[in-house]
Amino acid sequence: MSIRVLSPGWLTSIQESGRIGHAAIGVGRAGAMDDVALRLANALVGNAENAAALEITLRGPRLRFDSDALIALTGAVIEARCAAGEIPPWRPVWIQAGSEVDLGGMGRGARSYLAIAGGIDIAQVLGSRSTDINAALGPFSGRGLVAGDELEIRRTADERPSPSWTALGARPTGDRAGHDGIVAAHWSLDPQPWFDARGDQPVALARGSHFENLGAASRRALFGGEFRVGNESNRVGYRLEGSKLRLEAPLELISEGVVPGTMQLPPNGNPIVLMAEAPTTGGYPRIGMVATVDLPRLAQRRPGDHVRFVETSLAEAQTRYLQRERALAALIHTITERLKR
Amino acid sequence: MSPFALEPLGDSALLIRLGDGIDTATNRSALALAEMLRAAALPGICDIAPAYASVCVHYDIAAFANATGAGSPHQLAAQRVGEIAARFLEAKVTATDALIAEMSMLEIPVCYGGEFGPDLGDVATHAGVDQRAVIHSHTNGDYRVAMLGFMPGFPYLLGLDESLHTPRRASPRTRVPAGSVAIGGAQTGIYPRELPGGWQLIGRTPLVLFDPERGQPALLQPGQRVRFRAIDASEFAAFTQ
Repeated sequence: MSIRVLSPGWLTSIQESGRIGHAAIGVGRAGAMDDVALRLANALVGNAENAAALEITLRGPRLRFDSDALIALTGAVIEARCAAGEIPPWRPVWIQAGSEVDLGGMGRGARSYLAIAGGIDIAQVLGSRSTDINAALGPFSGRGLVAGDELEIRRTADERPSPSWTALGARPTGDRAGHDGIVAAHWSLDPQPWFDARGDQPVALARGSHFENLGAASRRALFGGEFRVGNESNRVGYRLEGSKLRLEAPLELISEGVVPGTMQLPPNGNPIVLMAEAPTTGGYPRIGMVATVDLPRLAQRRPGDHVRFVETSLAEAQTRYLQRERALAALIHTITERLKR
Repeated sequence: MSPFALEPLGDSALLIRLGDGIDTATNRSALALAEMLRAAALPGICDIAPAYASVCVHYDIAAFANATGAGSPHQLAAQRVGEIAARFLEAKVTATDALIAEMSMLEIPVCYGGEFGPDLGDVATHAGVDQRAVIHSHTNGDYRVAMLGFMPGFPYLLGLDESLHTPRRASPRTRVPAGSVAIGGAQTGIYPRELPGGWQLIGRTPLVLFDPERGQPALLQPGQRVRFRAIDASEFAAFTQ
């Protein structure tokens, strides 16, 4: 089966958990900006957590499905409809062959994820199906989708059993005809723990290697002030505008490793938080490090949104990460059991 | 031997710093330590990347979670990695020599000047010599790949003759062609693909620096030795056919 891209939206790309193990040759991780939303979308359609799905930015694409498909939308709640009606988010939904799915804007948040049962079938590049747009690496030579692209979908039969109609609380024949092209599960996930719907939760930040080199006022502003997500922000980094941050004295630094979450301070005083497509090395002072567990929250802020940072310790950041992973594993297990019924 | 510094780089990576300058000895140590860490194959370590004077080690937080609650994942990862780094520094000299001896030399053909190296004249002026002298100096150098970064396959080379150190351009180019051999201050590198950039372009190689479809995607590996050979435009064209 395949999906045809009729229009790509603002930026839609194929993503999974990222490209790991090639930093020594300058290849970064890439992968989903909100990897929790990606994993839950995959779970809702019975896929492995790291199956390739679509990351939709700000405004969605229009897609034509040539076969029946089980899909799920997570992350930012996005306007989604096909001829048969609205497609509800955060739950499994069957759509009929021939459907044109029209994804529109998002009320809040910046990224939605569309998973399709079976996962997108495209060749791995350096062990991953994630698109690294900045490095021009991955599916479609590292570009976002364009009108006319065809996405092959892996058949579900050779991996996991396709979720049954009864698991969705619907009978295939009757309900399928009755709903004219859509069968949505009668249950859904509560996005609340996984998606910051009001967009006002603080982002945990630990002190970086060069935090102590900031002037006293800048140290206060980093944790006390409010920043605006700059218009130039993208999958490589979030450029933050607020009080200009200054070092007490210039630092002469040589290039060293950087990772997603590293907060750098370039000479213009506006900090940059490196995101999924972070390069592998950088030479700016590293004044902070965003807790990995809060990167999805930051990834859902759009240009113009505000961000406040709350100080965290390394130990606390890791404890929260492990708690989240346990909760997520439990939820994914519950979803998997539910789909088997 | 000065002790190494081990610091967190976020909550899922460590930085082992062996110095804070760009020099051959420190870089050799970083390359050899990265190799030793790779050989140790510690469970839970997912990536290891050397830089000029440091090694970045990525780890899986969950793999270092201690069920008994004694010590954070960072502390456990730092302890395991630190033990290897300490052992490395004790045995450093032999390890480094072995590594350096094994590294192969790659000759990179470069068409200097003209449309291939539009800044060759500026570099010559800055050095107070003519263009031929710059080419002579550049092709006589013995280089080593200190690290890759910035973009997949972008090599930062050590070994640039001091007379060729040239400040970056006042206004960066929006498009630097793939294969451009460039100088930025004391650093020199080769653009693996068309990118924006502010370094001085002295020539271009027809070799493909990075191709994800190749068995070894990056033409140059950390630690690899490099020499440049001057070619003319017709030889350049023959390479690309």
